Amino acid sequence: MGFFTDTSVCIGCKACEVACKEWNAVPEDGLEFTGMSYDNTQGLGADTWRHVAFIEQDKPMGNAATGTSADGTGMRWLMASDVCKHCTHAACLDVCPTGSLFRTEFGTVVVQEDICNGCGYCIPACPYGVIDQRKGDGRAWKCTLCYDRLGAGQQPACAKACPTDSIQYGPLEELRERAAARLDQLHDLGVDDARLYGEDPEDGVGGDGAFFLLLDEPEVYGLPPDPVVTTRDLPSMWRHAGAAALTLLGGAAAVFAVHGRARGRR
Amino acid sequence: MSGPGAGEGARPGREAQVGQGVPGDETTGKEAHRKGGGRRNRRGRRGERAMVPDAEFTSYYGKPILNPPTWKALDIAGYFFLGGLAGAGSVLAAGAQLTGRPATARALKTSSLVAIGGSTAALVHDLGRPARFHHMLRVMKPTSPMSVGSWLLAAYGPAAGAAAVLDVTRLFPRLGTAATAGAAVLGPAVAAYTAVLAADTAVPAWHEAHRELPFVFAGSATAAASGMALLTSPVAETGPLRSAAVFGAALEAGAARLMRRRLGMIGENYEEGRAGRLMRAAEVLGAAGAAGAALLAGRSRAAAALSGAALLTASACTRFGVFYAGVRSAEDPKYTVVPQRERIDARARAASASSEPQG
Ligand code: SF4
Ligand code: SF4
Repeated sequence: MGFFTDTSVCIGCKACEVACKEWNAVPEDGLEFTGMSYDNTQGLGADTWRHVAFIEQDKPMGNAATGTSADGTGMRWLMASDVCKHCTHAACLDVCPTGSLFRTEFGTVVVQEDICNGCGYCIPACPYGVIDQRKGDGRAWKCTLCYDRLGAGQQPACAKACPTDSIQYGPLEELRERAAARLDQLHDLGVDDARLYGEDPEDGVGGDGAFFLLLDEPEVYGLPPDPVVTTRDLPSMWRHAGAAALTLLGGAAAVFAVHGRARGRR
Repeated sequence: MSGPGAGEGARPGREAQVGQGVPGDETTGKEAHRKGGGRRNRRGRRGERAMVPDAEFTSYYGKPILNPPTWKALDIAGYFFLGGLAGAGSVLAAGAQLTGRPATARALKTSSLVAIGGSTAALVHDLGRPARFHHMLRVMKPTSPMSVGSWLLAAYGPAAGAAAVLDVTRLFPRLGTAATAGAAVLGPAVAAYTAVLAADTAVPAWHEAHRELPFVFAGSATAAASGMALLTSPVAETGPLRSAAVFGAALEAGAARLMRRRLGMIGENYEEGRAGRLMRAAEVLGAAGAAGAALLAGRSRAAAALSGAALLTASACTRFGVFYAGVRSAEDPKYTVVPQRERIDARARAASASSEPQG
């Protein structure tokens, strides 16, 4: 099960952010004026599990273009509700030394707050910059895809609250079909920039449990263009570390062999 | 999965009419908005493509893509440094003991015990919930270098401790020898695994350096431990340790250079800012310490101590430099976006080259 977020219909109401915070009792994360368009939440973190980005662009979007300049260009807003991707190959889960992060029966990735010891390893490991440490609490927090609601046969709070069905919840296979159909539709309408992000099970993280339809390059939305699960290179890392350890041992052995026993001792 | 989920998420019978009829056109918007295709490129200073413009990239208001490590520099870089000092110290202690240099062996065993105690304390201190440290030993996960490291420390710590205590108290010499040997076998792993700990993250300056970083750390650890020996042992015994100092410092500096070269644009993080200053200091101090060890430390106690201190400081500078370079690379979205873009572009080029016959 997972999320498909179709950003082309997002109206930036932030209902998902609010619903998520309310349902999961996530503490407030400060009220700050950032000057980043209408976005004062800034990004995903320990206390923001859904984040709606507002991108102001000087670029037309079909009928939606305001036509502020003579040559047909104009300002457009891109809005996108971001969330933990619930990666198929989840780096956060791989590196967690306590087993606090685990894979649920829904295929999602969840932190057990009574196990997490706040080592913080999952935080730089996540290639999407999702999970983070909560100040004053020390533990790592992120979207649970409303594990408690799923267990009760409900859909996640954000999807439930989304008034435009920009956020859709369901079996990934079904969502992928729906996403492909929507992509074709947008391409037919001349929105050439539309693309799917994170839907490919062959990508660097084995496909995301939360994938997106975007209207521009991923990095415009603050998403990495080609994320890779950090543990993919782990065998090579251990090999190199082994070679380095042997170099140390060999170097020391050589040094003592060359110098021989201490003078006056034999 | 039935339930309300599946059906309810479906799109209603209306569709947003974004984009109908208007062709997407090419605009060079304000700062960061460009259409796809052939623009972002790396700085031309690392060879191959010197003709390309500076790295241009798009980001969301310049916000980082990754969440930078929340680790505290003093704890984690300190942990790397002390772990290296302890691990390499155990190896050199065993060598000193085997070749009849008991004072050096004792000094290094003691420093290893103190260092491993300090590094464990730093690790525990850095936990958001230090009282839950024991959760580290709940599971054993080869995919988690921190889990592997915890078990490694659980085996190495007691060995290093027994080696030191039994040497100082002169009790149970056989057991002491066994502990010394055990610590010497595990020591190199303790010194090198922390490189994997750092590299197994999405942090560009750590992850992309995963080939060289273990050698930087192993060299740095050797330099630190031989520095400690020069500082604490009688000059008559330090012959091999002076050579070890040269070996360690050379390995550290050589691997660090190689790493920066291979990292290309990401290597900037090791050259600029606070990390750059630390890495340069490490290189200078390491070279000075090694030269002092090789040329002067055999003759004068003061020169030996000075070289030893320089080597220890160099090793610490390297660890802090590596730490700050990683944080810096995670905080700037450029180091996430540009290399990944290049990867995509290279894949696209390879795909088109193989699909179209050459003209
Ligand atoms: S997006 Fe990050 S936090 Fe979410 S599952 Fe993937 S690696 Fe874990
Ligand atoms: S901070 Fe918690 S969830 Fe993250 S890796 Fe450490 S123990 Fe696991």
